[in-house]
Amino acid sequence: MSAGIDLENVCCDFGTFRAVDNANVSIKPGEFFSFLGPSGCGKTTILRMVSGFIEPTEGVIRIGGKDVKGQRPNQRPTALIFQNLALFPLMPIWENISFGLEVRGVDKATRRAKAEELLKLVDLPGAGDKMVSQLSGGQKQRVAIARALAVEPSVMLLDEPLSALDLKLRQHMRAELRAIQRRTGVTFIYITHDQGEALAMSDRVGVMSQGRIQQIADPREIYNNPVNGFVASFVGENNIFEGEVQTAASGMASFSTPHGTFRARLGDLGDKKHAKLYVRPEHTLLSTAATVENAVLVTIGDVSFEGNFIAVHASTESGAHLTSEIRNDGSATVPEKGARMFMSFDPARASILPDANVRA
Amino acid sequence: MHKFRQNLAHLYTVLFVLYLLTPLVVMSGAAFNDSKLPSIVPWKGWTLMWFGEMISDQRMMLAFANTLWVAVAVAGISIIVGTASAILINSVSGRARTALYGMMISTILIPGVVIGISTMIMWTKLGGALFGPEGKPWPFIPGLHLSILGQVSYIAAMVMLLVLARLQSFDAGLEEAALDLGASHAQVMRRILLPHLYPAIGAGGAVAFFQSIENFNVTQFTRGGADTLTVYVFSKVRSGITPTINALAFLLICVTLVLAIIYEVNRRRRARIEAARQAEARRAEEALL
Amino acid sequence: MQDMLRRYGFGLTLAMCLLVTFWLVVLVIVPNITLFEQSFRPYLPVVEIGGPRDTYSFANYLKVFDGNVDKSLFGISFSIPVHVYTFGLTIFYSMLVTLICFAMAYPLAYYMAKIVNPRSLPTLILLLFIPLWVSEVLRAFAWWIILAFKGPLNALLMGLGLIEDPIRWTNMGYTGVVVGLIYTYVLFMLFPIYNGVQSLDTNQIEAAEDLGAPWWKIHWRIVLPHSKPGIASGSVMVFMLSAGSLLVPSILGSTTSQWFTQTIDQWFKDALDWNTASAYAFLLLLLCTVFVSVAMWLFKVKLSDIAK
Ligand SMILES: Nc1ncnc2c1ncn2[C@@H]1O[C@H](COP(=O)(O)OP(=O)(O)OP(=O)(O)O)[C@@H](O)[C@H]1O
Ligand SMILES: [Mg+2]
Repeated sequence: MSAGIDLENVCCDFGTFRAVDNANVSIKPGEFFSFLGPSGCGKTTILRMVSGFIEPTEGVIRIGGKDVKGQRPNQRPTALIFQNLALFPLMPIWENISFGLEVRGVDKATRRAKAEELLKLVDLPGAGDKMVSQLSGGQKQRVAIARALAVEPSVMLLDEPLSALDLKLRQHMRAELRAIQRRTGVTFIYITHDQGEALAMSDRVGVMSQGRIQQIADPREIYNNPVNGFVASFVGENNIFEGEVQTAASGMASFSTPHGTFRARLGDLGDKKHAKLYVRPEHTLLSTAATVENAVLVTIGDVSFEGNFIAVHASTESGAHLTSEIRNDGSATVPEKGARMFMSFDPARASILPDANVRA
Repeated sequence: MHKFRQNLAHLYTVLFVLYLLTPLVVMSGAAFNDSKLPSIVPWKGWTLMWFGEMISDQRMMLAFANTLWVAVAVAGISIIVGTASAILINSVSGRARTALYGMMISTILIPGVVIGISTMIMWTKLGGALFGPEGKPWPFIPGLHLSILGQVSYIAAMVMLLVLARLQSFDAGLEEAALDLGASHAQVMRRILLPHLYPAIGAGGAVAFFQSIENFNVTQFTRGGADTLTVYVFSKVRSGITPTINALAFLLICVTLVLAIIYEVNRRRRARIEAARQAEARRAEEALL
Repeated sequence: MQDMLRRYGFGLTLAMCLLVTFWLVVLVIVPNITLFEQSFRPYLPVVEIGGPRDTYSFANYLKVFDGNVDKSLFGISFSIPVHVYTFGLTIFYSMLVTLICFAMAYPLAYYMAKIVNPRSLPTLILLLFIPLWVSEVLRAFAWWIILAFKGPLNALLMGLGLIEDPIRWTNMGYTGVVVGLIYTYVLFMLFPIYNGVQSLDTNQIEAAEDLGAPWWKIHWRIVLPHSKPGIASGSVMVFMLSAGSLLVPSILGSTTSQWFTQTIDQWFKDALDWNTASAYAFLLLLLCTVFVSVAMWLFKVKLSDIAK
């Protein structure tokens, strides 16, 4: 029913432009795998190579262990959900869903029954005779999924399927998609540039930038232990200090910056000494007294109330801007604007990381 | 001041519509005037006589039949050629596209006289070269088939433009989706692309049909001895006219009006259905949240 | 092309290419090349075709300069070859028709695009379309009736006491032709301009109004520049249709109005000299194309803007 996918050294060139550079990933059967990255980083290109609309310039793609080189889209056991859904506007819903069966010559009664069954699966029973324009965004989404499931693919490929929906609906559909994936057990490859979506839904995430895969890991690992500055910045906010590694021992290093010397975890810098230190705003503390280590004297600037947390903007003496987030438990005290306080952080929550892994 | 200008604009529009329609009314009115000359002044009383004479005018009826089959043929060929060209143009890009598009568009601008003479000369000369000057077989002799080819040469471009405009609103992703679901190329064409293009193809067919009916220049130079309605009316206007032409004009205008009204009613009905569907989609969206 | 093969497969792509080739090569290019080739050959009896006298020359083209007539314009008398004179007037009056059509169509196009209630627009468009579906010959015929010596226009003007005696409208030089051409082709100006104006964001007009621009300035600086491609395509259409019209000049022309297409028609139908007719037809095509290209270059519009 579901199949694994392996990309081995896959590259894709458009003329002289390399859209995907040396991608290596092994996706397990039944996994919910997301590719996360900013616009234009090559996510769609990867998906189109897996579905067969474009051939890789180099490298091998295996689906269920078999090399699919030369197979056309309709010969691969994949089903693609397009960025804009691509529902056929002139066919009623049930014909949309059963189109894949129609072109395989399945008779009408069987198709109709299959369409109804799938509509139940995606929680839209009885909507078969409606037209596409009668459905809301979320309903169209489910029809697109049902249409893809109708051909019983072993891999579903979804290209930013939620990007056209508004915020509330998007959150609702996250849970829905995840549930459908669990129910069917099909391998999902999901593409998004929304980090919240990727972290919330996936078993594993591959973060991409400029055609290269930066890190592949489960969501917690990605957020808590990013391998480089790009991943750290793309999946969340950071306070960043630039500086030099002084001494290093057992994964920790002391790092000298214009704001003082800090201790933090040391990432894979290669032979470089110059790097940046990343601390997430929610991992910082504000206090009136200096702590033993990793403390910076700051002047409190604007304070913005965000509902579930309070963002405190502050600046150091040399003018660098830092942010601290305080969880709003209902009784949190908010610092005064203009107050001078110490911002500190736990060495285990701060990382010294290289920049993104990009071509020279 | 603003109000004044607005009223002026309304007035101008009314005058413009009157300017366009009055000549047609005058022409239709003359069909009912009991006068040997086609005019509405002086009014000599009502009559339906000219309609009777029109029906018994054998040449006119023959010309009418000719016009119809020529128009159907032109519409049919133009639809096929025009649609294929639109799809082709839509799939190529860069310099090839500019060149092809320019060539197709320029056929609309070539004077009909040029199209008529060049079509006539090419086919008769080709016949002469193949079979000698005497006894050239069909299609190398003048006749309405040459008129059809000449008319298609520029009417196809009009169909192409209409279909191309519609293609621009076509989401090519639908074709990929269909291919991804396992459809063959022919199935993609028949089930996905053509249904989307039907409205434009229909409009193109109507335009081609009416353009063919009204064509004079190309037909005049290629028709040989055969008449079409336009050519016949032209010869009648130049020689002795009777108001039978007005009777014919009146009937044609009526047919046009009926078709226009049917089209408009149909359009409104569709707009209503579509609006209702979208309202339903909005309600569904709100219900979910 | 690659893309097309992928979408439609080999068979369908080939079929479409063949259809386009049939159209452009068999129906357009080869006939025009034949016309061009024939225009350099003399008109000969059938038996002599291909014989020793059948040689290429410019003789057919040079016929344009035969037979001078004496004319005077603005008090200056001059002698000019009659066909050149006809051609000059054809171009001149076609330009006049184009200009008048623009002046008539622009306000209405603006009204339709920006002022009229959008709900009544379809009805208005439908009304405007009616004459377009009625054939050209009948539209010219309608004006033939109206302009007749004992026709309704004279009757109306006399009834209103504006004139004493009926006027011979169709015997006043090019009057009838110009009136007929305007009526026949004004809609070909209206719809392209309407499309042009319609795509202008109304906010731009309102912003200009808000900044205090007078109405003429809004048109001159905002609406007109924006609708330039539409105006250009309308003008090219009307000009080419007018210069190439044979029907309207034949029906509404007077004894003193000769249109260049009529001259071509006479070579073809009356003199049966297809070769000279070809030469003249080619001249018409060439000179109109040059004229339109120069005009488009002056107004900085491209062919691809036309017929959008
Ligand atoms: N057919 C093509 N020809 C040339 N360049 C292309 C082609 N398709 C994509 N590209 C380029 O490849 C890069 C990656 O494109 P891709 O569509 O994979 O990005 P993406 O990550 O899906 O972005 P988005 O989030 O905007 O959808 C882009 O810079 C794009 O311009
Ligand atoms: Mg994409």
